Amino acid sequence: MSTVDHPPFDPTSEGPQEMEPRRCVGAAELLRELGATLRMSEAEVAALVQEDPSEDQTMIINMGPQHPSTHGVLRLMLELEGETVLRTKPVVGYLHTGMEKTAEDLTYLQGPTNVTRMDYASPLFNELAFSLTTEKLLGIDGDIPERAQWIRVLMTELNRITSHLLFLATNGMDVGAVSMMVWGWRDRELGLRVLEAITGLRMNHNYIRPGGVAADLPDGWRDTVLRFLDELPESLDEYDVLLTGQPIYRERLQGVGVITPEEAIALGATGPILRSTGVPWDLRRDMPYLTYDQLDFDVVVGSYGDCFDRYAIRFHEIRESMKIVRQVLDRMPPGDYRIQDKKVTPPPRARIDESMEALIHHFKIFTEGFKVPEGEAYCAVESPRGELGCYIVSDGSSKPYRMHIRGPSFVNLQTLPHMMRGGLIADAVAIISSVDPIMGEVDR
Amino acid sequence: MAWDLNKGLEGLEHNFLTGTLEEFVKWARRMSVMPATFGLACCAIEMMGAGGPHYDLARFGMETFRASPRQADLMIVAGRVSQKMAPVLRQIYDQMMEPKWVISMGVCASTGGMFNNYALVQGVDQIVPVDVYAPGCPPGPETLLHAINTLHEKIRDGHLTRRPGEGLGLVVEQRDGQPSDQPVTLTTAGSH
Amino acid sequence: MADDAEVQEDGAPSDVVATAPEPERLHGVPVTRSRGQEVLHPSRDELVTLVRTLRDDEGYLMCLDVTGVDYLTYEADRGLPEGIAPERFEVVVTLISHRARKRLRLRVQVPEDDPTCPSLFDVHPGTEAMEREVYDMFGIRFEGHPDLTRILMPEDWEGHPLRKDHAIGRIPVQFKAPQDAR
Repeated sequence: MSTVDHPPFDPTSEGPQEMEPRRCVGAAELLRELGATLRMSEAEVAALVQEDPSEDQTMIINMGPQHPSTHGVLRLMLELEGETVLRTKPVVGYLHTGMEKTAEDLTYLQGPTNVTRMDYASPLFNELAFSLTTEKLLGIDGDIPERAQWIRVLMTELNRITSHLLFLATNGMDVGAVSMMVWGWRDRELGLRVLEAITGLRMNHNYIRPGGVAADLPDGWRDTVLRFLDELPESLDEYDVLLTGQPIYRERLQGVGVITPEEAIALGATGPILRSTGVPWDLRRDMPYLTYDQLDFDVVVGSYGDCFDRYAIRFHEIRESMKIVRQVLDRMPPGDYRIQDKKVTPPPRARIDESMEALIHHFKIFTEGFKVPEGEAYCAVESPRGELGCYIVSDGSSKPYRMHIRGPSFVNLQTLPHMMRGGLIADAVAIISSVDPIMGEVDR
Repeated sequence: MAWDLNKGLEGLEHNFLTGTLEEFVKWARRMSVMPATFGLACCAIEMMGAGGPHYDLARFGMETFRASPRQADLMIVAGRVSQKMAPVLRQIYDQMMEPKWVISMGVCASTGGMFNNYALVQGVDQIVPVDVYAPGCPPGPETLLHAINTLHEKIRDGHLTRRPGEGLGLVVEQRDGQPSDQPVTLTTAGSH
Repeated sequence: MADDAEVQEDGAPSDVVATAPEPERLHGVPVTRSRGQEVLHPSRDELVTLVRTLRDDEGYLMCLDVTGVDYLTYEADRGLPEGIAPERFEVVVTLISHRARKRLRLRVQVPEDDPTCPSLFDVHPGTEAMEREVYDMFGIRFEGHPDLTRILMPEDWEGHPLRKDHAIGRIPVQFKAPQDAR
């Protein structure tokens, strides 16, 4: 698709990819010249299709927002010539919830409940990004107890596994392997039961809060997690047989939706999309947060930038996450599950009966909220979709003045027109599925 | 006997034949409800979970989520309805054939949920008539199944012969995480 | 806080240090540090050249995020260096350098009476959707953007929701007694 020469990429290289500035200039100009994105507003297209369409060679049709093959409420306006897609415009906003405006009305302790509903397939990552940014603003980011950090790693990696299982299920179904939908949910349920045992909820947990986590791990958590980890590899081997080795699946995904590394970087894509092009960038390894610098795991990188690479990356990331969880099981330290700063974390419930001061602290934290010093900060985590960042501006009060979440899917969707150009409509479905957007964080 | 079509089955004078016919029709209607795919947000994930093997909507005849609204009878509004999505919701509802039912799944669909702001329609009953409200954020598959069973009961009782424009408006209670009256022994990893 | 003497850098205007942010320039524009993170403060005219230089010469190849902030009701100290006049709106751009493993933030002041800002689309095509969101939510027009239309709200929506003078749109919640099931 691109006329720029690529140097041979070494997909196993651990170092940061050497990128010449020249190439990036080429990609930006190339993207503009290719004109893969349909630059018309919805109103203009609506006016256009009311005219007689038979006069034009190409046809602009609408796919979505209610469609079995879109992930959530994504609408695509496709300009087709026959069955070939020429230009695309993703239209988003059908799930806009005003969460950033709501966040200005909620205290920092209530913030995770709001933020967790953005990327609803991996809710703990949203909470983590918000909590890390709040802690940086509070200045306590160096004081979070060890155990709290390890618990956060455990929960987020378990969430990564369940999110990628959801991807496998929906990707299989979109491409036609409908059994994958049933099998993927079977294993995701096991993961959700583990999350429910620890956090109390199957989804939208509100577990990772500024200062640590909401509650300590329950007794017997090791057995619960181990049982899950022991049952998963067998299922993963089944998926391998069903999908990876299967010729139809490979035909549908290999060579489809190719994107080059320069294009991906120019468009701001992160996560599996960027890694599928050969750029070995993973925040957990390159800009580590929590305790990832003490953990041993590999970053899975593709080489062709197509849908099959993205599938394979997520598949192997499940295995890598399992590896991380096993290390966490061995190394979980004893200690506090949240920082003991009384201004930030509520006192244990039992003490409220005994101590007036504890009662007052509890009351103030839950009604008024704790005050965060003024300033602004941006922290990011590596979510299953890419770099999930949180930018908070604080004015010294107990509610954020401005909270912005950098949703990876919102930026990744910009790669859709370039990936779909020249492909068929059926490929469009496979491509959307491989980008794995979650509309909650696209629209916020 | 004059049969007023607009009144549906209510207009029939009951004798043995029409009574059995009515029972049969109601049985057929409730045993193979076909939901339309209207998953919007987080509740859609739990709805898909209800269709998964652990909770299995297929035993109620409902595993086929029809993409085309023409083929669907039930619209499970799973998720928050934004201002931009509201006309689309109404359009899909209008395209469904009678008899049709609506389950409002989750608090965002029922009342706007925790997002009381400019961006969301505060309750999908402002747009379409709702028959069953399932509370929860998100309601687990058990609650959704309870809502679906309630709907089936009402179809069987004949309460839902269609009066256009009105929904039944039942609110079910949340059933997540509570021991059921028919406990199932789990052989896989589970918390209870 | 010690009262420091005036510090003069070669070619840079003299800045009087009164509080924590140091008077220095990085890549030619004033820089501050916020919680250990570097923040540059270019003007609207300097923005595109600065981002282009950062991309071509300094290795900040990817633009992560473009967002806006409305400081209408902000009463605290905004953390701006000397010489930068605070305006109502700010456009905040986050860049990342993979080679140096560093992020960089740019805060551009945008006045209320002229809410425009040059678009970064020519330098980073990935800013297209993000600038549309800033336009939709704040009303800041980006000059040079190929398709500046609303992205999150319906196209005929009036008003810019994330502005501080736009109400949250909350409806009064009235208690309704549960209706009897028929």
